[in-house]
Amino acid sequence: MKNKKYIPSLFIVLMLVVQAFAQPTAKAILDKVDKNMSADNMISESSMTVHGKRNSRTMTSKTYKVGDKQSFTEYLSPAREQGTKMLKLEDKLWIYAPSTDRTIQISGHMLRQSVMGSDMSYEDMMDDRKLTDIYDAVVIAEEMIDERNTYKVEMIANVVDVTYYKRVVWVDSERFVPLKEELFAKSGQLLKQTTLKEVKKIDGRWFPTSMVYKDMMKQGKGTEFNIISVKFNQDIPKYIFTKAALKQ
Amino acid sequence: MIALKLAFKNLIGAGLRTWLNAGILSFSFVVIIFYNGMINGWNDQARRDTKEWEIGGGQLWHPEFDPIDVYTYQDAHASLSAKVQALIEDQEVTPILLTQASAYPQGRMIGVLLKGIDPDQTILKLPTEKLKAEGDEIPVIIGRRMAESLKVNEGETMLIRWRDKNGTFDALEVKIVNVFKCDVPTVDSRQIWLPLEKLQIMTGMENQATFMVTKRGFDEAAIDNWVFRDHDFLLHDMDMLIQSKKGGASVLWGMLLIIALLAIFDTQVLSIFRRQKEIGTYIALGMTRWQVVWIFTIEGSAYSVFAAILAAIYGTPLFYYMANNGFSMPSGADDMGIAVSAVIYPVYSIGLIVSTVVLLVLAATFVSFLPSRKIAKLKPTEALKGKIQ
Repeated sequence: MKNKKYIPSLFIVLMLVVQAFAQPTAKAILDKVDKNMSADNMISESSMTVHGKRNSRTMTSKTYKVGDKQSFTEYLSPAREQGTKMLKLEDKLWIYAPSTDRTIQISGHMLRQSVMGSDMSYEDMMDDRKLTDIYDAVVIAEEMIDERNTYKVEMIANVVDVTYYKRVVWVDSERFVPLKEELFAKSGQLLKQTTLKEVKKIDGRWFPTSMVYKDMMKQGKGTEFNIISVKFNQDIPKYIFTKAALKQ
Repeated sequence: MIALKLAFKNLIGAGLRTWLNAGILSFSFVVIIFYNGMINGWNDQARRDTKEWEIGGGQLWHPEFDPIDVYTYQDAHASLSAKVQALIEDQEVTPILLTQASAYPQGRMIGVLLKGIDPDQTILKLPTEKLKAEGDEIPVIIGRRMAESLKVNEGETMLIRWRDKNGTFDALEVKIVNVFKCDVPTVDSRQIWLPLEKLQIMTGMENQATFMVTKRGFDEAAIDNWVFRDHDFLLHDMDMLIQSKKGGASVLWGMLLIIALLAIFDTQVLSIFRRQKEIGTYIALGMTRWQVVWIFTIEGSAYSVFAAILAAIYGTPLFYYMANNGFSMPSGADDMGIAVSAVIYPVYSIGLIVSTVVLLVLAATFVSFLPSRKIAKLKPTEALKGKIQ
């Protein structure tokens, strides 16, 4: 009879142990996310809508990507941006503007400028280091987002040269795609928030096709990205990732 | 002497015509002196204010610092050596650290420059002692223009976001402890001043500065690797602007002067036409043609003398009043990027007045001489008869 009162406590402890073993580690979660989000190569067509104070601008572009190190983007519309191309090779970025017929390398502090007036900087595009290499990640909770169960993973920088000291990402516990991400300053101030929606199964992998990137310190609706079409594991000619391709 | 007497007698005899010409010319006198006096006054005030609020006795720059190129700010900073620290303690120099940031007043994003300065400094007129305020938020001071542009008031708080030396974002609330009024936009527009030590910690640049402002009378020499920039260098842009303003103004008063000189020229042409009998009589009485030319030229240049006297009569009280009460500049005049105070007090130098008098007398003499040359070609007999030649 005396032992009976310990049974509920033991049960709770047991449940916690089971729960701890059932929950994958943050590294495992991020690795699974990488598998969904990264591909050997990818060709996508997308639109970017920059919501301003008075009006909104939508730009469409086509992107060729090989791994995380090489990417080539050509803007298709509107007429003002048509023909503008961006080439990223490793840690270098070039932009070609048809109006001036010139290619310029975006480097140093210029990387901190906004991409086409959006809430995203060139630097945000450039950081291709693996999150698990530069952050110490832990799963801190499980939360529901849009009726989906998610793992809330907190990442604290373990190197000094990172743009955001802390990141919190909510990863769909079934599909292993991020549904929300928050980027924080050293002081703990929330700086940027990304929400990802319309997760679709494309070529056997889950992939979010709609994303809103927002600077949380300023008013506005942020910048909206929508994937119009995406193809994985395509044959991309090597010349695409050369400076010569910018002027073609 | 006889030429002078004749010239003045003739002019006085001409009555209203003389005073009209002299009046127009005197107006040119007053406008030239007033306009140049205004520019001189503006120049003096702008140079004085810039020295008091921004550049002191000159600045010591980090070799990579270029105030026009914001991209240099990230790398243009260095540690302050013991030698420099001694100068700071003696209030010979005051270090300033710069970093780019974004301010978010009421959810709007505005690019700003954070400037760290020692609250105890006495070299610049900035009210840095207000930065000693204690509280949870970082105390900052901003200029009136900046407060208007951010739409914030004294005592309010706002968020600022910056990057440390490694490029990592950080953000905190700051409290505006003072809004100062200053005529130098380069220490005001888009700038937030905060305690140097706080900014050094915020950016991870402990004991570092981007440039230093020296005390007036500082021995002009580079220290360590810091490059000394003197007043000529730092005020070069302002000097160029003043020169261009003077150039622009000279077109305005030049046109006014041309109108006045045209009036003298016309009067001279008419005089020679109407006074042929008088010219013939002078020559018949034994004067050479060139002596007569001289009389008429003197007559013309005498307009400038009368004009100078007239200008002195009504211009002196006007100049005196303006020098004491100043000229109110229209609102917004100080937003053009150069120091302009709300009221400009004109400065009239002796050199300005003498040079204006000399310019007008020479110009009046020249335009009087041009039509008078015709006298040299007149036939005295025909002139005596008053026949038109």
